[in-house]
Amino acid sequence: MDLSLNPFSSGTRLRDMIRAIRASKTAAEERAVVRRECAAIRAAISDNDQDYRHRNMAKLMFIHMLGYPTHFGQMECLKLIAASGFPEKRIGYLGLTLLLDERQEVLMLVTNSLKQDLNHSNQFIVGLALCALGNICSAEMARDLAPEVERLLQTRDPNTKKKAALCSIRIVRKVPDLAENFMGSAASLLKEKHHGVLISVVQLCTELCKASREALEYLRKHSVEGLVRILRDVSNSSYAPEYDIAGITDPFLHIRVLRLMRTLGQGDADCSEHVNDILAQVATKTESNKNAGNAILYECVETIMGIEATSGLRVLAINILGRFLSNRDNNIRYVALNMLMKAMAVDTLAVQRHRVTILECVKDADVSIRKRALELVYLLVNDTNVKPLTKELVDYLEVSDDDFKEDLTAKICSIVEKFSQDKLWYLDQMFKVLTLTGNFVKDDVWHALIVLISNAPELQGYSVRSLYKALQASGTQESLVRVAVWCIGEYGEMLVNNISMLDVEEPITVTESDAVDALELALKRYSVDVTTRAMCLVALLKLSSRFPQTSKRIQAIVVQNKGNTVLELQQRSIEFNSIIQRHQSIKSSLLERMPVLDEASYLLKRAASSQATVSLTKSAPSAASGGSLKVPNGAVKPPPAPLADLLDLSSDDAPVTTSAPSTAPNDFLQDLLGIGLIDTSTAGGAPSASTDILMDLLSIGSYPVQNGLPATSNIGSPGQVTKHAPGTPQVIDLLDGLSPNVNAAYPSITAFQSATLKMTFNFKKQPGKPQETTMHASFTNLTSVTLTNFMFQAAVPKFIQLRLDPASSSTLPASGNGSITQSLSVTNNQHGQKPLAMRIRISYKVNGEDRLEQGQISNFPAGL
Amino acid sequence: MQCSFVEHRNYKVVYRRYASLFFLVGVDNDENELAILEFIHLLVETMDRHFGNVCELDIMFHLEKVHFMLEEMVMNGCIVETSKQNILAPIQLMEKTS
Repeated sequence: MDLSLNPFSSGTRLRDMIRAIRASKTAAEERAVVRRECAAIRAAISDNDQDYRHRNMAKLMFIHMLGYPTHFGQMECLKLIAASGFPEKRIGYLGLTLLLDERQEVLMLVTNSLKQDLNHSNQFIVGLALCALGNICSAEMARDLAPEVERLLQTRDPNTKKKAALCSIRIVRKVPDLAENFMGSAASLLKEKHHGVLISVVQLCTELCKASREALEYLRKHSVEGLVRILRDVSNSSYAPEYDIAGITDPFLHIRVLRLMRTLGQGDADCSEHVNDILAQVATKTESNKNAGNAILYECVETIMGIEATSGLRVLAINILGRFLSNRDNNIRYVALNMLMKAMAVDTLAVQRHRVTILECVKDADVSIRKRALELVYLLVNDTNVKPLTKELVDYLEVSDDDFKEDLTAKICSIVEKFSQDKLWYLDQMFKVLTLTGNFVKDDVWHALIVLISNAPELQGYSVRSLYKALQASGTQESLVRVAVWCIGEYGEMLVNNISMLDVEEPITVTESDAVDALELALKRYSVDVTTRAMCLVALLKLSSRFPQTSKRIQAIVVQNKGNTVLELQQRSIEFNSIIQRHQSIKSSLLERMPVLDEASYLLKRAASSQATVSLTKSAPSAASGGSLKVPNGAVKPPPAPLADLLDLSSDDAPVTTSAPSTAPNDFLQDLLGIGLIDTSTAGGAPSASTDILMDLLSIGSYPVQNGLPATSNIGSPGQVTKHAPGTPQVIDLLDGLSPNVNAAYPSITAFQSATLKMTFNFKKQPGKPQETTMHASFTNLTSVTLTNFMFQAAVPKFIQLRLDPASSSTLPASGNGSITQSLSVTNNQHGQKPLAMRIRISYKVNGEDRLEQGQISNFPAGL
Repeated sequence: MQCSFVEHRNYKVVYRRYASLFFLVGVDNDENELAILEFIHLLVETMDRHFGNVCELDIMFHLEKVHFMLEEMVMNGCIVETSKQNILAPIQLMEKTS
């Protein structure tokens, strides 16, 4: 160890470094060791130190395995590969495959070395090159070196042949067009005796079939006989010590051949016929007391299921399946469940026979088995067995583990929805699921439930009563509380007066104040979730109209949230209080029963949105389908809050931009609540801002009607009043004084005025984008001297984004004989919560003198 | 005895435990899991034959050798050779010459 040569050389051997790393007690210590070693290696590389290259590369690989960055070693790999000694090449190639992957450009540099090595006389070196190529080559490299590999397929050395075959697999995967070049050699190589070559070639054939149709046909014609022979030989062979595993000769070869047979025989009756006998032989002869045997049987059954097998063969397969299913070994049972899923396509009846065992597996102690079994059950469900199956699953839901509950809940909900011809049964199951695991129920599931209830008038009484009972029993499940609260609000009078009772029900006595109690409890105690509490407030409001005597009490409850720190709740509280107190006249019509939510369009929307479609551009109301008022929704990508949120389910602060997935549930809501028919085809309808809609609703103002939006005076829809951009002052104005706000557009202001100049702002807001405002600044020169080098600058607080367009000119003529105009656009990220404010700076030259004027604009109209 | 297969996203992990050491193999969904279990065992047996009573420290201190062995057995996700003799031959040759 010559330390004088390189002061940084650590000189440690590989094992010393490993020992040092293992001896580190803390992560920081380990990092220090690694850093030291990396520094030494880097120094050695840059010095082109020949002595310890091998060792350094080995160290580098160990460090890479631990997860540290090692890209500085990549060029070193290349140098090692280009060296002439075998050990250098060996470690170089190993480093190549570990430290690089096909995406690195450095890889291209190796192509030449690879080519030379592929033509090397030393077969081990050829083997190295083939190995490296086969593991990480890219498509270009594959194309370049394919001819070499093809040639190597024909050599005599079996080791080279087998590696060449596997390398070809990678080439064919990367460049499927080359498949035809290999199919001839592949088919002829099936006559080999060497197991290594055989297994590689069989895998190559499998890959060829996947890559090209032509290859598949060719192999079907030319290789089936050979395959049968191989399988027969290896199956009947006597004890071969080198390949024997648990008494079976080379089970891996068995399995690969079986798989190739599956690929060839799929959809081809001829081929399938050829392999019938050997499959039967393997299926019956193979011993199944060891894992190796079972692996072969597994593959055999899969193949039988995959090809056009005779019925006798199929029966054989199903029998094996049955045996596996009742095996005590968990691995075998897992595999059996897997096989059953494939068998569904072939013979559903046979699988149905095992239904009971499968159900047992759903309750198994093992996680993987439970998962598999549940998926299988889901496939097994049909109209006849859905009720008992669901009952079993729901019963199990109660006792299952928490991590499984989510899967189970999702599957149950999905089954119940698919097979719900009987609405009553559907409601019952959903109520049970909500009670047990409501917290795991996804939003769109309980939205769908509400849609269904609203569309089933005869079951509304039953629903509200069942939900009330469930709520009394326990209020821990969020979704249950939400659905219950909504129903109580909507159908309160049915609850109290036992309207439309079904035969199976017993009458319950619920007084009006009981109903209010339940809601109050939900509001105060059951959860801290804002959405739920918001829903409670709405429900209370509805009840105050349906049960007039409780109005005072409800008002008292609602008012308690007046100072709530959550904006949504505070807002609702204040507004609802206002409605109860001052607007008795319109209250009852405000809070009429909601229009029936359109099921068909909701389902359509849901299906479309599950493909993550964003646009929900609503058009002006087309033919209304029953609701008294259809109002077009907000724009395509508005923040959720301003959108009609009748169920008041989005309670979070409005984000500025909403991405598709997150808007999806909220958008459902919009549809859900029957706001306008979803007519996505007519995207021509310009969306109107919610405030404008509100104006129209209350027939206020001469706001220009957009796209035939009828200025209706029908204040039908209950939730409309609550729909507004958070904190938009105009809404509150409306409610307070019902005073017309004639100019819905924002008035222009004189933003700044000095002795020298005057600046006015005109405002424009785009409908549907309440946070953005386009301002038009116009500067007038009040003096009699021309101003030159005019420049306007503006600064805004952090929550506002400002964009300044170039000014029309930089010279301002005297005495107002002309003006400079400049556009700005601002986005107020806290629109509704904080008003717009701006500091300005104007610099110009007058008579050669520089002047600067500064000011602050605080007289922006409200609502920007 | 727990099932040796774990499903993760759209892959499966097949694992086998030897004392304190776990061998994990990631496979896609149409792979024969039982065969992979056998393969893991073959790997361990091969290492055992080479190192003699292989243990964790052997693997750790001779990582490159283990990699070489693995290279002789698996290439790009496909099985290369299943005979221990054939697998170990080049490695033993290299050790003899160096």
